[in-house]
Amino acid sequence: MSIIPKRDQLTPKTFLKAESDMETKYMNPYLAGFFLGLLLLATIYITGRGLGASGAVKSGVITAVETVAPAHTNSAEFYKEYKTEHPGSPLKSWLVFEVAGVLIGALLSGLISNRLNFTLETTPGVQPKIRIVTALAGGLLFGFGSQLGRGCTSGAALSGMAVLSTGGIITMMAIFGGAYGFAWFFRKLWLKNQE
Amino acid sequence: MGPLVPELIGEELNLVIAFFIGIGFGFILEQAGFSTSKKLVGLFYGYDFTVLRVFFTAGITAMLGLVIMAHFSLIDLSMVYVNPTFLWSAVIGGLIMGLGFVVGGFCPGTSFCAAAIGKIDALIFIAGGALGVLVFAEAYPALEPLYKAEFWGNVRIFETLGMSQGLFAFLLTVMALGAFYATGIIEKKVNKGETNEATTRRVFTSFAVVFLILGIAAIFLPDKRESVLSDMNNKEALDGIEFSRISIDELALRLMNNDKKYQIIDTRSEQEYALFHLPGAINVPLEKFYGKENAKVFRDKSVKRIFIGANKEDEIKAAYVATQIGIKDPLVLEGGLQKFREEIIGFDKAEAVNKGLNADTERFRLKAASLIPVLIEKDKQAGAPKKVIKKVMGGC
Repeated sequence: MSIIPKRDQLTPKTFLKAESDMETKYMNPYLAGFFLGLLLLATIYITGRGLGASGAVKSGVITAVETVAPAHTNSAEFYKEYKTEHPGSPLKSWLVFEVAGVLIGALLSGLISNRLNFTLETTPGVQPKIRIVTALAGGLLFGFGSQLGRGCTSGAALSGMAVLSTGGIITMMAIFGGAYGFAWFFRKLWLKNQE
Repeated sequence: MGPLVPELIGEELNLVIAFFIGIGFGFILEQAGFSTSKKLVGLFYGYDFTVLRVFFTAGITAMLGLVIMAHFSLIDLSMVYVNPTFLWSAVIGGLIMGLGFVVGGFCPGTSFCAAAIGKIDALIFIAGGALGVLVFAEAYPALEPLYKAEFWGNVRIFETLGMSQGLFAFLLTVMALGAFYATGIIEKKVNKGETNEATTRRVFTSFAVVFLILGIAAIFLPDKRESVLSDMNNKEALDGIEFSRISIDELALRLMNNDKKYQIIDTRSEQEYALFHLPGAINVPLEKFYGKENAKVFRDKSVKRIFIGANKEDEIKAAYVATQIGIKDPLVLEGGLQKFREEIIGFDKAEAVNKGLNADTERFRLKAASLIPVLIEKDKQAGAPKKVIKKVMGGC
Protein backbone atom coordinates (compact mmCIF):
# COMPACT_ATOMS: atom_id res chain seq x y z
CA MET A 1 0.00 0.00 0.00
CA SER A 2 3.00 2.25 0.44
CA ILE A 3 3.22 2.78 -3.29
CA ILE A 4 0.03 4.82 -3.21
CA PRO A 5 0.80 8.49 -2.81
CA LYS A 6 -1.11 10.54 -0.27
CA ARG A 7 -4.39 11.91 -1.48
CA ASP A 8 -3.24 15.52 -1.78
CA GLN A 9 -0.31 14.45 -3.92
CA LEU A 10 -2.57 12.81 -6.43
CA THR A 11 -2.32 14.02 -9.96
CA PRO A 12 -3.99 12.19 -12.81
CA LYS A 13 -0.65 10.60 -13.62
CA THR A 14 0.21 9.38 -10.14
CA PHE A 15 -3.37 8.32 -9.58
CA LEU A 16 -3.31 6.08 -12.60
CA LYS A 17 0.12 4.81 -11.70
CA ALA A 18 -1.07 3.87 -8.25
CA GLU A 19 -4.19 2.27 -9.65
CA SER A 20 -2.29 0.22 -12.20
CA ASP A 21 0.25 -0.89 -9.62
CA MET A 22 -2.60 -2.15 -7.49
CA GLU A 23 -4.25 -3.85 -10.38
CA THR A 24 -1.30 -6.06 -11.17
CA LYS A 25 -2.52 -8.03 -8.20
CA TYR A 26 -5.85 -8.77 -9.80
CA MET A 27 -6.34 -11.84 -11.92
CA ASN A 28 -6.15 -11.45 -15.68
CA PRO A 29 -9.71 -10.50 -16.70
CA TYR A 30 -9.98 -13.07 -19.49
CA LEU A 31 -8.76 -15.83 -17.22
CA ALA A 32 -11.14 -14.75 -14.47
CA GLY A 33 -13.95 -14.59 -17.03
CA PHE A 34 -13.10 -18.04 -18.31
CA PHE A 35 -13.18 -19.48 -14.79
CA LEU A 36 -16.44 -17.68 -14.08
CA GLY A 37 -17.88 -19.07 -17.32
CA LEU A 38 -16.85 -22.61 -16.38
CA LEU A 39 -18.39 -22.15 -12.94
CA LEU A 40 -21.61 -20.93 -14.52
CA LEU A 41 -21.60 -23.85 -16.95
CA ALA A 42 -21.08 -26.31 -14.11
CA THR A 43 -23.86 -24.62 -12.15
CA ILE A 44 -26.29 -24.98 -15.04
CA TYR A 45 -25.21 -28.58 -15.67
CA ILE A 46 -25.67 -29.58 -12.05
CA THR A 47 -28.64 -27.50 -10.97
CA GLY A 48 -30.38 -26.49 -14.21
CA ARG A 49 -30.25 -22.83 -13.21
CA GLY A 50 -27.72 -20.04 -13.29
CA LEU A 51 -26.08 -17.81 -10.73
CA GLY A 52 -27.80 -14.95 -8.98
CA ALA A 53 -27.61 -12.39 -6.22
CA SER A 54 -30.57 -10.05 -5.88
CA GLY A 55 -32.91 -12.96 -5.11
CA ALA A 56 -31.11 -13.40 -1.81
CA VAL A 57 -31.80 -9.78 -0.90
CA LYS A 58 -35.45 -10.41 -1.70
CA SER A 59 -35.51 -13.50 0.56
CA GLY A 60 -33.95 -11.44 3.32
CA VAL A 61 -36.48 -8.63 2.96
CA ILE A 62 -39.41 -11.04 2.92
CA THR A 63 -38.12 -12.77 6.05
CA ALA A 64 -37.71 -9.43 7.78
CA VAL A 65 -41.21 -8.26 6.87
CA GLU A 66 -42.64 -11.63 7.92
CA THR A 67 -41.03 -11.22 11.33
CA VAL A 68 -41.99 -7.60 11.85
CA ALA A 69 -45.44 -7.56 10.29
CA PRO A 70 -46.72 -11.11 9.71
CA ALA A 71 -50.26 -9.89 9.04
CA HIS A 72 -49.00 -7.71 6.22
CA THR A 73 -47.31 -10.60 4.40
CA ASN A 74 -50.57 -12.50 4.47
CA SER A 75 -52.51 -9.72 2.83
CA ALA A 76 -50.14 -7.89 0.45
CA GLU A 77 -50.08 -9.26 -3.08
CA PHE A 78 -46.28 -9.33 -3.52
CA TYR A 79 -45.70 -11.54 -0.48
CA LYS A 80 -48.66 -13.77 -1.27
CA GLU A 81 -47.34 -14.42 -4.76
CA TYR A 82 -43.91 -15.21 -3.39
CA LYS A 83 -45.44 -17.61 -0.88
CA THR A 84 -47.33 -19.54 -3.53
CA GLU A 85 -44.25 -19.79 -5.72
CA HIS A 86 -41.86 -20.59 -2.87
CA PRO A 87 -43.51 -22.54 -0.08
CA GLY A 88 -41.41 -22.94 3.04
CA SER A 89 -39.01 -20.52 4.64
CA PRO A 90 -37.78 -17.81 2.26
CA LEU A 91 -34.31 -18.24 3.75
CA LYS A 92 -34.18 -21.86 2.65
CA SER A 93 -33.63 -20.79 -0.92
CA TRP A 94 -30.91 -21.64 -3.37
CA LEU A 95 -29.74 -18.05 -3.77
CA VAL A 96 -29.48 -17.42 -0.03
CA PHE A 97 -27.09 -20.36 0.28
CA GLU A 98 -25.22 -19.27 -2.82
CA VAL A 99 -24.79 -15.72 -1.54
CA ALA A 100 -23.60 -17.04 1.83
CA GLY A 101 -20.94 -18.81 -0.22
CA VAL A 102 -20.16 -15.64 -2.16
CA LEU A 103 -19.39 -13.84 1.10
CA ILE A 104 -17.06 -16.64 2.24
CA GLY A 105 -15.41 -16.93 -1.18
CA ALA A 106 -14.77 -13.20 -1.47
CA LEU A 107 -13.47 -13.13 2.08
CA LEU A 108 -11.04 -15.96 1.29
CA SER A 109 -9.92 -14.18 -1.84
CA GLY A 110 -9.45 -10.91 0.01
CA LEU A 111 -7.51 -12.77 2.70
CA ILE A 112 -5.01 -14.40 0.36
CA SER A 113 -4.62 -11.26 -1.74
CA ASN A 114 -4.26 -9.08 1.31
CA ARG A 115 -7.21 -6.84 0.57
CA LEU A 116 -9.17 -7.12 3.82
CA ASN A 117 -9.70 -3.64 5.11
CA PHE A 118 -12.59 -1.88 6.83
CA THR A 119 -12.94 1.21 4.73
CA LEU A 120 -15.41 3.49 3.08
CA GLU A 121 -13.96 3.64 -0.37
CA THR A 122 -14.36 6.99 -2.05
CA THR A 123 -13.08 8.54 -5.21
CA PRO A 124 -10.55 11.25 -4.40
CA GLY A 125 -12.45 14.51 -4.09
CA VAL A 126 -15.75 12.89 -3.19
CA GLN A 127 -16.86 13.47 0.39
CA PRO A 128 -17.56 10.33 2.45
CA LYS A 129 -20.99 11.79 3.16
CA ILE A 130 -21.72 11.93 -0.54
CA ARG A 131 -20.45 8.38 -1.00
CA ILE A 132 -22.82 7.14 1.70
CA VAL A 133 -25.75 8.80 -0.02
CA THR A 134 -24.80 7.55 -3.49
CA ALA A 135 -24.21 4.00 -2.23
CA LEU A 136 -27.59 3.98 -0.54
CA ALA A 137 -29.40 5.54 -3.50
CA GLY A 138 -27.63 3.28 -5.99
CA GLY A 139 -28.50 0.23 -3.93
CA LEU A 140 -32.10 1.33 -3.69
CA LEU A 141 -32.38 1.79 -7.43
CA PHE A 142 -30.66 -1.52 -8.12
CA GLY A 143 -32.83 -3.35 -5.61
CA PHE A 144 -35.97 -1.88 -7.09
CA GLY A 145 -34.86 -2.43 -10.69
CA SER A 146 -33.85 -6.02 -10.06
CA GLN A 147 -37.35 -6.81 -8.82
CA LEU A 148 -38.98 -5.17 -11.81
CA GLY A 149 -36.50 -6.73 -14.23
CA ARG A 150 -36.69 -10.18 -12.59
CA GLY A 151 -33.01 -10.39 -11.80
CA CYS A 152 -29.83 -8.44 -11.65
CA THR A 153 -26.51 -8.49 -13.46
CA SER A 154 -25.90 -12.07 -12.30
CA GLY A 155 -29.31 -13.68 -12.49
CA ALA A 156 -30.76 -11.94 -15.52
CA ALA A 157 -27.84 -10.55 -17.51
CA LEU A 158 -25.05 -13.12 -17.07
CA SER A 159 -27.08 -16.29 -16.56
CA GLY A 160 -29.66 -15.10 -19.08
CA MET A 161 -26.94 -14.60 -21.67
CA ALA A 162 -25.53 -18.09 -21.05
CA VAL A 163 -28.89 -19.75 -21.74
CA LEU A 164 -29.60 -17.18 -24.48
CA SER A 165 -32.80 -16.00 -22.84
CA THR A 166 -34.35 -13.12 -24.79
CA GLY A 167 -35.48 -11.40 -21.60
CA GLY A 168 -32.07 -11.84 -19.97
CA ILE A 169 -30.28 -10.32 -22.94
CA ILE A 170 -32.73 -7.41 -23.13
CA THR A 171 -32.18 -6.75 -19.42
CA MET A 172 -28.42 -6.94 -19.92
CA MET A 173 -28.53 -4.40 -22.74
CA ALA A 174 -30.80 -2.13 -20.71
CA ILE A 175 -28.50 -2.26 -17.65
CA PHE A 176 -25.32 -1.47 -19.55
CA GLY A 177 -27.00 0.86 -22.03
CA GLY A 178 -28.70 2.69 -19.20
CA ALA A 179 -25.48 2.97 -17.23
CA TYR A 180 -23.70 4.44 -20.27
CA GLY A 181 -26.57 6.83 -20.86
CA PHE A 182 -26.60 8.05 -17.28
CA ALA A 183 -22.81 8.00 -16.79
CA TRP A 184 -22.23 11.51 -18.05
CA PHE A 185 -24.54 13.00 -15.40
CA PHE A 186 -22.65 11.33 -12.59
CA ARG A 187 -19.10 11.78 -13.89
CA LYS A 188 -18.19 13.99 -10.93
CA LEU A 189 -18.74 11.04 -8.63
CA TRP A 190 -16.05 9.00 -10.33
CA LEU A 191 -13.80 11.19 -12.42
CA LYS A 192 -12.97 14.11 -10.17
CA ASN A 193 -9.25 13.63 -10.29
CA GLN A 194 -8.95 12.78 -13.90
CA GLU A 195 -10.47 15.96 -15.24
CA MET B 1 -27.65 -36.22 -18.96
CA GLY B 2 -27.75 -32.89 -17.18
CA PRO B 3 -29.13 -31.06 -15.38
CA LEU B 4 -28.63 -33.34 -12.38
CA VAL B 5 -31.24 -31.57 -10.25
CA PRO B 6 -33.90 -32.63 -9.35
CA GLU B 7 -33.60 -36.37 -10.21
CA LEU B 8 -30.03 -37.13 -9.21
CA ILE B 9 -29.56 -34.40 -6.64
CA GLY B 10 -32.20 -33.70 -4.03
CA GLU B 11 -33.32 -30.42 -2.60
CA GLU B 12 -31.13 -30.45 0.51
CA LEU B 13 -27.95 -31.43 -1.30
CA ASN B 14 -28.71 -28.75 -3.88
CA LEU B 15 -28.51 -26.11 -1.15
CA VAL B 16 -25.13 -27.43 -0.03
CA ILE B 17 -23.98 -27.27 -3.65
CA ALA B 18 -25.32 -23.70 -3.88
CA PHE B 19 -23.08 -22.75 -0.98
CA PHE B 20 -19.97 -24.18 -2.64
CA ILE B 21 -20.84 -22.67 -6.01
CA GLY B 22 -21.22 -19.36 -4.18
CA ILE B 23 -17.72 -19.71 -2.72
CA GLY B 24 -16.34 -20.11 -6.23
CA PHE B 25 -18.43 -17.21 -7.50
CA GLY B 26 -17.34 -14.85 -4.73
CA PHE B 27 -13.72 -15.90 -5.00
CA ILE B 28 -13.54 -15.34 -8.76
CA LEU B 29 -15.34 -11.99 -8.62
CA GLU B 30 -13.04 -10.72 -5.89
CA GLN B 31 -9.91 -11.99 -7.64
CA ALA B 32 -11.06 -10.22 -10.81
CA GLY B 33 -11.25 -6.95 -8.94
CA PHE B 34 -15.02 -6.66 -8.67
CA SER B 35 -14.84 -5.67 -5.04
CA THR B 36 -14.13 -2.02 -5.73
CA SER B 37 -16.67 0.36 -7.19
CA LYS B 38 -13.98 2.40 -8.95
CA LYS B 39 -13.02 -0.56 -11.08
CA LEU B 40 -16.62 -1.48 -11.76
CA VAL B 41 -17.75 1.89 -13.07
CA GLY B 42 -14.53 2.32 -15.05
CA LEU B 43 -16.40 0.57 -17.82
CA PHE B 44 -18.83 3.46 -18.16
CA TYR B 45 -16.12 6.13 -18.32
CA GLY B 46 -13.71 4.23 -20.50
CA TYR B 47 -10.78 4.05 -18.11
CA ASP B 48 -11.15 0.41 -17.09
CA PHE B 49 -12.94 -2.26 -19.09
CA THR B 50 -12.20 -5.14 -16.72
CA VAL B 51 -15.89 -5.71 -16.06
CA LEU B 52 -16.68 -6.02 -19.74
CA ARG B 53 -13.81 -8.47 -20.25
CA VAL B 54 -14.72 -10.69 -17.34
CA PHE B 55 -18.46 -10.51 -17.93
CA PHE B 56 -18.43 -11.28 -21.64
CA THR B 57 -15.71 -13.91 -21.41
CA ALA B 58 -17.80 -15.66 -18.76
CA GLY B 59 -20.96 -15.28 -20.83
CA ILE B 60 -19.55 -16.68 -24.06
CA THR B 61 -17.67 -19.45 -22.24
CA ALA B 62 -20.84 -20.70 -20.58
CA MET B 63 -22.94 -20.18 -23.70
CA LEU B 64 -20.56 -22.03 -26.02
CA GLY B 65 -20.20 -24.74 -23.41
CA LEU B 66 -23.95 -25.24 -23.33
CA VAL B 67 -24.22 -25.30 -27.13
CA ILE B 68 -21.50 -27.96 -27.33
CA MET B 69 -22.96 -30.01 -24.48
CA ALA B 70 -26.43 -29.89 -26.02
CA HIS B 71 -25.02 -31.12 -29.31
CA PHE B 72 -23.56 -34.17 -27.64
CA SER B 73 -26.75 -34.72 -25.63
CA LEU B 74 -24.90 -34.10 -22.37
CA ILE B 75 -27.52 -31.63 -21.23
CA ASP B 76 -31.20 -31.26 -21.94
CA LEU B 77 -31.66 -27.55 -22.49
CA SER B 78 -35.43 -27.88 -22.33
CA MET B 79 -35.00 -28.69 -18.63
CA VAL B 80 -32.79 -25.70 -17.94
CA TYR B 81 -34.33 -22.55 -16.50
CA VAL B 82 -34.65 -19.86 -19.13
CA ASN B 83 -35.49 -16.44 -17.74
CA PRO B 84 -38.95 -15.42 -18.95
CA THR B 85 -39.29 -12.43 -21.22
CA PHE B 86 -41.54 -9.62 -20.13
CA LEU B 87 -40.48 -6.88 -22.50
CA TRP B 88 -41.30 -3.69 -20.62
CA SER B 89 -40.28 -4.75 -17.16
CA ALA B 90 -36.98 -6.04 -18.62
CA VAL B 91 -36.27 -2.74 -20.36
CA ILE B 92 -37.40 -0.39 -17.59
CA GLY B 93 -36.03 -2.56 -14.78
CA GLY B 94 -32.73 -2.74 -16.66
CA LEU B 95 -32.53 1.02 -17.14
CA ILE B 96 -33.21 1.61 -13.45
CA MET B 97 -30.48 -0.89 -12.59
CA GLY B 98 -28.14 0.93 -14.98
CA LEU B 99 -28.83 4.15 -13.15
CA GLY B 100 -28.24 2.40 -9.85
CA PHE B 101 -24.95 1.08 -11.22
CA VAL B 102 -23.44 4.49 -12.05
CA VAL B 103 -24.82 6.09 -8.90
CA GLY B 104 -23.93 3.34 -6.46
CA GLY B 105 -20.91 1.85 -8.16
CA PHE B 106 -21.94 -1.75 -7.54
CA CYS B 107 -24.39 -4.38 -8.63
CA PRO B 108 -25.81 -6.80 -6.07
CA GLY B 109 -23.32 -9.65 -6.62
CA THR B 110 -20.30 -7.39 -6.54
CA SER B 111 -21.59 -5.50 -3.51
CA PHE B 112 -21.60 -8.77 -1.57
CA CYS B 113 -17.97 -9.37 -2.58
CA ALA B 114 -16.92 -5.88 -1.61
CA ALA B 115 -18.79 -6.05 1.70
CA ALA B 116 -17.05 -9.34 2.47
CA ILE B 117 -13.65 -7.68 2.32
CA GLY B 118 -14.76 -4.79 4.49
CA LYS B 119 -16.01 -2.11 2.11
CA ILE B 120 -18.47 -0.03 4.12
CA ASP B 121 -19.89 1.61 0.98
CA ALA B 122 -20.83 -1.87 -0.25
CA LEU B 123 -22.66 -2.63 3.01
CA ILE B 124 -24.61 0.59 2.57
CA PHE B 125 -25.35 -0.39 -1.03
CA ILE B 126 -26.78 -3.73 0.18
CA ALA B 127 -28.92 -1.93 2.74
CA GLY B 128 -30.13 0.35 -0.05
CA GLY B 129 -30.85 -2.74 -2.15
CA ALA B 130 -33.02 -4.20 0.60
CA LEU B 131 -34.84 -0.90 0.82
CA GLY B 132 -35.39 -0.95 -2.94
CA VAL B 133 -36.88 -4.44 -2.77
CA LEU B 134 -39.14 -3.29 0.04
CA VAL B 135 -40.30 -0.28 -1.96
CA PHE B 136 -41.04 -2.55 -4.90
CA ALA B 137 -42.93 -4.99 -2.69
CA GLU B 138 -45.09 -2.27 -1.20
CA ALA B 139 -45.72 -0.58 -4.54
CA TYR B 140 -46.39 -3.93 -6.23
CA PRO B 141 -50.15 -3.51 -6.70
CA ALA B 142 -49.50 -0.34 -8.69
CA LEU B 143 -46.58 -1.85 -10.59
CA GLU B 144 -48.14 -5.22 -11.36
CA PRO B 145 -49.60 -4.26 -14.76
CA LEU B 146 -46.15 -3.08 -15.91
CA TYR B 147 -44.46 -6.08 -14.27
CA LYS B 148 -46.59 -8.53 -16.20
CA ALA B 149 -46.99 -6.64 -19.47
CA GLU B 150 -45.90 -7.95 -22.87
CA PHE B 151 -45.11 -11.53 -21.87
CA TRP B 152 -43.31 -13.40 -24.63
CA GLY B 153 -42.81 -16.67 -22.77
CA ASN B 154 -39.53 -18.31 -21.83
CA VAL B 155 -38.19 -17.58 -25.29
CA ARG B 156 -34.60 -17.76 -26.37
CA ILE B 157 -32.99 -14.96 -28.32
CA PHE B 158 -32.25 -16.92 -31.50
CA GLU B 159 -35.92 -17.94 -31.67
CA THR B 160 -36.94 -14.31 -31.29
CA LEU B 161 -34.53 -13.34 -34.05
CA GLY B 162 -35.38 -16.34 -36.20
CA MET B 163 -31.93 -17.85 -36.57
CA SER B 164 -30.24 -21.02 -35.41
CA GLN B 165 -28.77 -21.31 -31.95
CA GLY B 166 -25.32 -21.97 -33.38
CA LEU B 167 -25.34 -18.95 -35.65
CA PHE B 168 -26.37 -16.65 -32.84
CA ALA B 169 -23.69 -18.13 -30.58
CA PHE B 170 -21.12 -17.44 -33.28
CA LEU B 171 -22.28 -13.85 -33.80
CA LEU B 172 -22.25 -13.16 -30.07
CA THR B 173 -18.73 -14.57 -29.80
CA VAL B 174 -17.53 -12.35 -32.63
CA MET B 175 -19.23 -9.36 -31.01
CA ALA B 176 -17.55 -10.05 -27.69
CA LEU B 177 -14.12 -10.43 -29.30
CA GLY B 178 -14.66 -7.23 -31.27
CA ALA B 179 -15.68 -5.42 -28.09
CA PHE B 180 -12.55 -6.66 -26.28
CA TYR B 181 -10.37 -5.36 -29.06
CA ALA B 182 -12.14 -2.00 -29.42
CA THR B 183 -12.32 -1.30 -25.68
CA GLY B 184 -8.62 -2.03 -25.37
CA ILE B 185 -7.97 0.86 -27.76
CA ILE B 186 -10.48 3.16 -26.02
CA GLU B 187 -9.02 2.37 -22.62
CA LYS B 188 -5.53 3.25 -23.79
CA LYS B 189 -6.74 6.52 -25.24
CA VAL B 190 -8.69 7.56 -22.15
CA ASN B 191 -5.77 6.72 -19.90
CA LYS B 192 -3.36 8.59 -22.16
CA GLY B 193 -1.22 5.69 -23.18
CA GLU B 194 -1.42 3.78 -19.93
CA THR B 195 -3.64 0.78 -19.76
CA ASN B 196 -5.11 -1.56 -17.22
CA GLU B 197 -4.87 -4.27 -19.82
CA ALA B 198 -2.27 -6.66 -18.47
CA THR B 199 -2.87 -9.17 -21.25
CA THR B 200 -0.07 -9.33 -23.75
CA ARG B 201 -0.93 -9.20 -27.41
CA ARG B 202 0.14 -12.81 -27.91
CA VAL B 203 -2.04 -14.11 -25.10
CA PHE B 204 -5.02 -12.10 -26.33
CA THR B 205 -4.56 -13.32 -29.90
CA SER B 206 -4.47 -16.96 -28.88
CA PHE B 207 -7.48 -16.41 -26.63
CA ALA B 208 -9.38 -14.79 -29.50
CA VAL B 209 -8.44 -17.56 -31.94
CA VAL B 210 -9.59 -20.31 -29.58
CA PHE B 211 -12.94 -18.63 -29.00
CA LEU B 212 -13.36 -17.89 -32.68
CA ILE B 213 -12.85 -21.57 -33.48
CA LEU B 214 -15.37 -22.55 -30.80
CA GLY B 215 -17.77 -19.96 -32.18
CA ILE B 216 -17.45 -21.30 -35.72
CA ALA B 217 -17.83 -24.84 -34.40
CA ALA B 218 -21.07 -23.77 -32.72
CA ILE B 219 -22.62 -23.08 -36.12
CA PHE B 220 -22.04 -26.68 -37.12
CA LEU B 221 -23.03 -28.19 -33.80
CA PRO B 222 -26.79 -27.94 -33.72
CA ASP B 223 -28.67 -28.97 -30.63
CA LYS B 224 -28.97 -32.73 -31.21
CA ARG B 225 -32.61 -32.71 -30.23
CA GLU B 226 -33.44 -29.85 -32.57
CA SER B 227 -31.61 -31.38 -35.51
CA VAL B 228 -33.22 -34.79 -35.09
CA LEU B 229 -36.65 -33.24 -34.76
CA SER B 230 -36.09 -31.18 -37.89
CA ASP B 231 -34.84 -34.25 -39.82
CA MET B 232 -37.95 -36.02 -38.65
CA ASN B 233 -40.13 -33.51 -40.45
CA ASN B 234 -37.98 -33.60 -43.53
CA LYS B 235 -39.47 -36.18 -45.87
CA GLU B 236 -36.24 -36.72 -47.79
CA ALA B 237 -34.26 -37.54 -44.67
CA LEU B 238 -36.67 -40.35 -43.89
CA ASP B 239 -37.00 -41.59 -47.43
CA GLY B 240 -36.01 -45.18 -47.82
CA ILE B 241 -35.62 -45.89 -44.12
CA GLU B 242 -37.44 -49.10 -43.30
CA PHE B 243 -38.47 -50.36 -39.90
CA SER B 244 -39.69 -53.78 -38.81
CA ARG B 245 -43.43 -53.94 -38.66
CA ILE B 246 -45.81 -55.69 -36.38
CA SER B 247 -49.16 -56.64 -37.85
CA ILE B 248 -52.38 -55.60 -36.21
CA ASP B 249 -53.22 -59.23 -35.50
CA GLU B 250 -49.90 -59.86 -33.80
CA LEU B 251 -50.32 -56.77 -31.66
CA ALA B 252 -53.83 -57.88 -30.72
CA LEU B 253 -52.49 -61.26 -29.71
CA ARG B 254 -49.71 -59.78 -27.62
CA LEU B 255 -52.19 -57.47 -25.93
CA MET B 256 -54.49 -60.32 -25.06
CA ASN B 257 -51.59 -62.37 -23.73
CA ASN B 258 -50.34 -59.37 -21.78
CA ASP B 259 -46.89 -59.90 -23.25
CA LYS B 260 -44.42 -58.01 -21.05
CA LYS B 261 -41.60 -58.26 -23.55
CA TYR B 262 -43.27 -55.59 -25.64
CA GLN B 263 -43.81 -52.00 -24.69
CA ILE B 264 -46.21 -49.80 -26.63
CA ILE B 265 -45.12 -46.18 -26.96
CA ASP B 266 -48.02 -44.00 -27.99
CA THR B 267 -46.60 -41.00 -29.81
CA ARG B 268 -49.80 -39.02 -30.22
CA SER B 269 -50.57 -35.89 -28.27
CA GLU B 270 -51.57 -36.03 -24.63
CA GLN B 271 -55.15 -35.11 -25.48
CA GLU B 272 -55.53 -37.87 -28.03
CA TYR B 273 -53.96 -40.32 -25.61
CA ALA B 274 -56.33 -39.28 -22.88
CA LEU B 275 -59.32 -39.95 -25.13
CA PHE B 276 -58.23 -43.39 -26.21
CA HIS B 277 -55.17 -45.58 -25.83
CA LEU B 278 -54.20 -49.20 -25.94
CA PRO B 279 -53.75 -51.10 -22.67
CA GLY B 280 -50.33 -50.52 -21.13
CA ALA B 281 -49.34 -47.94 -23.70
CA ILE B 282 -47.08 -45.17 -22.47
CA ASN B 283 -47.67 -41.74 -23.91
CA VAL B 284 -44.55 -39.98 -25.12
CA PRO B 285 -45.34 -37.31 -27.69
CA LEU B 286 -42.72 -37.20 -30.43
CA GLU B 287 -41.12 -33.93 -29.46
CA LYS B 288 -40.52 -35.29 -25.98
CA PHE B 289 -38.51 -38.38 -26.94
CA TYR B 290 -35.38 -36.44 -26.46
CA GLY B 291 -34.32 -35.23 -23.13
CA LYS B 292 -34.38 -36.20 -19.55
CA GLU B 293 -38.09 -36.06 -19.03
CA ASN B 294 -38.76 -39.42 -20.63
CA ALA B 295 -35.31 -40.96 -20.44
CA LYS B 296 -36.64 -43.53 -17.96
CA VAL B 297 -39.20 -44.85 -20.42
CA PHE B 298 -36.45 -45.80 -22.83
CA ARG B 299 -33.92 -47.07 -20.33
CA ASP B 300 -34.79 -50.78 -20.25
CA LYS B 301 -33.00 -52.29 -23.23
CA SER B 302 -34.52 -55.78 -22.86
CA VAL B 303 -38.02 -54.93 -24.05
CA LYS B 304 -39.04 -54.39 -27.64
CA ARG B 305 -40.79 -51.12 -28.29
CA ILE B 306 -43.71 -50.70 -30.61
CA PHE B 307 -44.18 -47.14 -31.77
CA ILE B 308 -47.71 -46.27 -32.65
CA GLY B 309 -49.10 -43.09 -34.05
CA ALA B 310 -52.26 -41.87 -35.69
CA ASN B 311 -50.93 -42.87 -39.11
CA LYS B 312 -48.05 -44.53 -40.87
CA GLU B 313 -46.02 -41.32 -41.34
CA ASP B 314 -46.09 -40.48 -37.67
CA GLU B 315 -44.96 -43.99 -36.79
CA ILE B 316 -42.02 -43.79 -39.18
CA LYS B 317 -41.06 -40.44 -37.65
CA ALA B 318 -41.29 -41.89 -34.18
CA ALA B 319 -39.22 -44.93 -35.06
CA TYR B 320 -36.61 -42.69 -36.67
CA VAL B 321 -36.31 -40.51 -33.58
CA ALA B 322 -36.18 -43.67 -31.48
CA THR B 323 -33.14 -44.94 -33.39
CA GLN B 324 -31.48 -41.59 -32.74
CA ILE B 325 -31.81 -42.01 -28.99
CA GLY B 326 -30.32 -45.47 -29.13
CA ILE B 327 -33.33 -47.75 -29.48
CA LYS B 328 -32.28 -50.71 -31.60
CA ASP B 329 -34.79 -52.09 -34.06
CA PRO B 330 -37.96 -50.22 -33.15
CA LEU B 331 -41.24 -51.75 -34.32
CA VAL B 332 -44.01 -49.87 -36.03
CA LEU B 333 -47.62 -50.93 -36.19
CA GLU B 334 -48.78 -51.82 -39.63
CA GLY B 335 -51.34 -49.28 -40.82
CA GLY B 336 -51.16 -47.24 -37.67
CA LEU B 337 -53.55 -47.02 -34.78
CA GLN B 338 -56.36 -46.06 -37.11
CA LYS B 339 -56.29 -49.44 -38.86
CA PHE B 340 -56.06 -51.26 -35.57
CA ARG B 341 -59.15 -49.50 -34.29
CA GLU B 342 -61.10 -50.12 -37.45
CA GLU B 343 -60.18 -53.69 -38.17
CA ILE B 344 -59.59 -55.20 -34.75
CA ILE B 345 -61.59 -53.29 -32.20
CA GLY B 346 -64.34 -52.34 -34.59
CA PHE B 347 -64.29 -55.71 -36.33
CA ASP B 348 -67.25 -56.10 -38.62
CA LYS B 349 -68.08 -59.57 -39.83
CA ALA B 350 -69.89 -58.43 -42.95
CA GLU B 351 -66.96 -56.34 -44.09
CA ALA B 352 -64.56 -59.15 -43.36
CA VAL B 353 -66.35 -61.34 -45.88
CA ASN B 354 -65.95 -58.65 -48.50
CA LYS B 355 -62.24 -58.41 -47.81
CA GLY B 356 -61.89 -62.12 -48.14
CA LEU B 357 -60.25 -62.85 -44.79
CA ASN B 358 -59.64 -66.44 -44.02
CA ALA B 359 -61.71 -68.17 -41.41
CA ASP B 360 -58.95 -68.32 -38.77
CA THR B 361 -58.28 -64.60 -38.92
CA GLU B 362 -61.96 -63.92 -38.81
CA ARG B 363 -62.40 -66.00 -35.67
CA PHE B 364 -59.38 -64.44 -34.04
CA ARG B 365 -60.51 -60.91 -34.77
CA LEU B 366 -63.97 -61.63 -33.49
CA LYS B 367 -62.48 -62.74 -30.22
CA ALA B 368 -60.09 -59.78 -30.09
CA ALA B 369 -62.92 -57.35 -30.77
CA SER B 370 -64.69 -58.57 -27.68
CA LEU B 371 -61.64 -58.89 -25.41
CA ILE B 372 -59.55 -55.84 -26.18
CA PRO B 373 -62.21 -53.24 -25.29
CA VAL B 374 -62.42 -54.92 -21.89
CA LEU B 375 -58.65 -54.61 -21.48
CA ILE B 376 -58.81 -50.97 -22.53
CA GLU B 377 -61.54 -50.30 -20.00
CA LYS B 378 -59.57 -52.07 -17.26
CA ASP B 379 -56.47 -50.07 -18.11
CA LYS B 380 -58.46 -46.87 -17.97
CA GLN B 381 -59.82 -47.78 -14.54
CA ALA B 382 -56.31 -48.41 -13.24
CA GLY B 383 -55.34 -44.99 -14.50
CA ALA B 384 -52.27 -44.11 -16.47
CA PRO B 385 -49.08 -43.84 -14.46
CA LYS B 386 -48.77 -40.20 -13.54
CA LYS B 387 -45.55 -38.61 -14.59
CA VAL B 388 -44.57 -35.81 -12.29
CA ILE B 389 -42.08 -33.54 -13.95
CA LYS B 390 -40.39 -31.17 -11.63
CA LYS B 391 -38.79 -28.27 -13.37
CA VAL B 392 -36.03 -26.26 -11.88
CA MET B 393 -36.89 -22.84 -10.59
CA GLY B 394 -34.36 -20.14 -11.13
CA GLY B 395 -33.91 -16.45 -11.50
CA CYS B 396 -32.99 -13.77 -9.11
